Amino acid sequence: MSSWLDYTINGLIVGNVYALVAVGLALIFGVSRLINFAQGSIYLVGAYIGWVAVVQLHTPLPLTIIVVAVAAAIVGLIIERFGLRPLQNSVRIAPLLATIGISFVLDQLVMLTFSPNPRALPSQLPDVRFQVGGGTIGPLDLLIAGVGLTSALLLFVFLRYSKLGWAVRATAQDRDAAMQMGVDVNRVNQAVFGIAAALGGVSGMLVGMYYNQIDTAMSLQATLKGVVAEVVGGAGNVPGAVIGSLLLGLVESYGVAVFGTSYRNLFAFLLLVVVLVLRPNGLFASARQAPPEPLTGTFIAPSRPVRIPRWALAVAAGGFAVLPLFPVSFYVLQTLINAWLLGMLALSLTLVAGTIGQVSLGHAALLAIGAYSSALLSLTFSVPVGLAIIGGGLMSAALGTALISPSFRLRGHYVSIATLAIGEIVSLVILNWESVTRGPIGISGIPPLSLFGYDLISPTSIYWFSFAVMVVLALLQGRLLTSHLGRSFRAIRDDDIAARAYGLSLNRYKSLAFIFGGFAAGISGGIAAHLYSYINHETFNTQQSILALTVVILGGLGNVVGAIVGSVALVGLPELFRIAAEYRILIYGIVLLLLVRFRPQGLLGTI
Amino acid sequence: MGEQLKSLLSLRGLTRRFGGLTAVDAIDLDLAKGELISIIGPNGAGKTTLFNLVTGLDRPDAGTVSFEGQDVTGLSPERLAAEGIARTFQLGRVFGNLSVMDNVLIGAHTRLRAVKPAVPVIGPLLELGLALLRPSSVKAEEEKLREEMKAILARFGERLLPRIDQPAYSLSYANRRRVEIARALALKPRLLLLDEPTAGMNPTETAEMQGLVAELKAEGLTILLIEHKLEMVMRLSDRVVVMDEGKKIAEGPGEEVRGDPKVIEAYLGHGLATEQESAA
Repeated sequence: MSSWLDYTINGLIVGNVYALVAVGLALIFGVSRLINFAQGSIYLVGAYIGWVAVVQLHTPLPLTIIVVAVAAAIVGLIIERFGLRPLQNSVRIAPLLATIGISFVLDQLVMLTFSPNPRALPSQLPDVRFQVGGGTIGPLDLLIAGVGLTSALLLFVFLRYSKLGWAVRATAQDRDAAMQMGVDVNRVNQAVFGIAAALGGVSGMLVGMYYNQIDTAMSLQATLKGVVAEVVGGAGNVPGAVIGSLLLGLVESYGVAVFGTSYRNLFAFLLLVVVLVLRPNGLFASARQAPPEPLTGTFIAPSRPVRIPRWALAVAAGGFAVLPLFPVSFYVLQTLINAWLLGMLALSLTLVAGTIGQVSLGHAALLAIGAYSSALLSLTFSVPVGLAIIGGGLMSAALGTALISPSFRLRGHYVSIATLAIGEIVSLVILNWESVTRGPIGISGIPPLSLFGYDLISPTSIYWFSFAVMVVLALLQGRLLTSHLGRSFRAIRDDDIAARAYGLSLNRYKSLAFIFGGFAAGISGGIAAHLYSYINHETFNTQQSILALTVVILGGLGNVVGAIVGSVALVGLPELFRIAAEYRILIYGIVLLLLVRFRPQGLLGTI
Repeated sequence: MGEQLKSLLSLRGLTRRFGGLTAVDAIDLDLAKGELISIIGPNGAGKTTLFNLVTGLDRPDAGTVSFEGQDVTGLSPERLAAEGIARTFQLGRVFGNLSVMDNVLIGAHTRLRAVKPAVPVIGPLLELGLALLRPSSVKAEEEKLREEMKAILARFGERLLPRIDQPAYSLSYANRRRVEIARALALKPRLLLLDEPTAGMNPTETAEMQGLVAELKAEGLTILLIEHKLEMVMRLSDRVVVMDEGKKIAEGPGEEVRGDPKVIEAYLGHGLATEQESAA
């Protein structure tokens, strides 16, 4: 029984760390109604600054904590000043995309500076354990608990007794009223981002010490955990975030106790999805609140799409179709094959994120479902590859829609959180469901592409196949957009309340959009599986989701031609300029940030 | 009972509380077919909340809403739209990125038949298939609706027709209000709820709108109207309901209500009364 006490202590300690992240998220959400997807990156930065301080500068622990807090706060202030303040009056999607972009840029900068290999972060504390009841507790546990309680106390005093703290609370209650009463909202934002970043940075350092290991994958995990805790406690609710964090820590710890370590994250994300579905306002929100103010601003940037004449499109398509007949290198064809595969994913995402306004951050999960389904169909059931790929598309459409359907009632940022979590859940299920997916070993020996019994092995035939499939999907999607479904999807994106008042069921039309989009993404994943011949749970990752999102923003949300142009540009240009692979994600992040700031409607305009 | 059958919409004891505030407090109301009732009252009296309760965007804490004798309390907005209830919004909620034509076509969404077969379970998939394949029945339906929408837009003279392909965000404020009303008419409503249709309009535009509402009434449409411009209310309404702090404080023909001391107090006396209290 003593181990239960250990699990409880562990859960509370981990919960305490989550609380440091979640409180920052809650403060930021409170004053700016924004879920800061870059919070985990600040946590990562904090961990690495801690490493520099401890390992290279040999600072004593109290000084390390101060150095990390101050440095992280500065990063937070920079994000606020240069990343978000310029977007204050832009459409609601802009700050959401900006924090996603910032998070990728920060993560990549850390990775490029320190290499992606894990590093040890010693805690500098004596390695002893005290007996407490039936369990044990170490000095680091006490430090984490101490930092957690001290920060909570300081924050309470700040919010309750300082003038700036009052301003923060006033802004959180009613931003416009606070502004009219002379509150400097920019200063409030600065204060909140500084505090949130300091807490997040210290939290990253403490976690690094707790596990004596830091690596760049920490960032996304921290964002997810912090967001889970914050949403469980009720977005914007600071005490709620603390309780949500402790609850999350305990749920994970007990989950690990019963099912094993690899299930830790699965419990966190399932908790998130359950809370989002049953109590989207958090556990502590009163059930019957006043309905939110009608949102009159549009979610996406209004624009007039660039009209490209049909003949020009036909000429361009014809040009790409006959390209392999000319003496082009294998390398060019390979690059364009990648662009066509990404193009299919971007078609899917531009429909889901652009046309119907559900900014999905877990879109790679659809690729994974399609790839695994197609691979297993052809390997286990000897289904011909062509049919297996279609099977993968259908599976992705069905399963993807079923998985996302609980979050159809959510809006804006919450959709992004839910899709991010569902993407992680899919990847964790693939990892853990060994009897079907072969777990961490992955699937090898997937048969190559073939059509009607003919293997497609030469680059030329693969090129034609993938290009043809993409063109067919694009034509279908174009036709969809000109039907009554196109206008219905766009109406739901622009104003879901007015759309419902005119008889559009959100469940029905969001399902149809995900079915169509899921099919395109599943086909892309299926083709990729047969092309790579080996896949595992990491083949289709969040980076691909973000790349697809950047492509979609670049081309113009909802814009079919834009999705393809964006894919060719983002796959082709780095190849053209021979940019090393490790810099590409950084460039995608920067492109996303610049677009959001200077051309939110993308190259070809929103449709 | 006879009274009940005749009325298209009837509210009984309809109540909605937000925390300590009772926004709509035990409202009874009967609206007969072809009748136009205006709801007036100071800001915050609960008029828009009442609209939200009738159209399903909000659920009452107590009381019932019946439409054509059927209990429709708490039904979803999409169900109520299919029943023939259309509304406009106080602050204007056009679909900004959709063209004027598409905005109005969304209004006719509940009337789509050919492309939305009423088949359980696989109905949505058939809808997707039909939207992509577009057999002649679907094309014909869409064409017919488009022609009809042009006729609806023509009711606003030359205000909207020349802008039929422009996105709604590019329209003037008054034109956006017109698009909203056109969208509501496209539903072929049996009950139309107008929430301050002339807000922000100048006198000429207001007169135009008043003319349109009078026309709709003459055509037999049943209308519930929230409006602050009293002259328009007096001209158009069969009856006027006055709300204050969630309660119905007066109901009757316009002239009668206008002279009601309780109404005058609600509009003017309120401030005076509280001032005296705080002075004492």
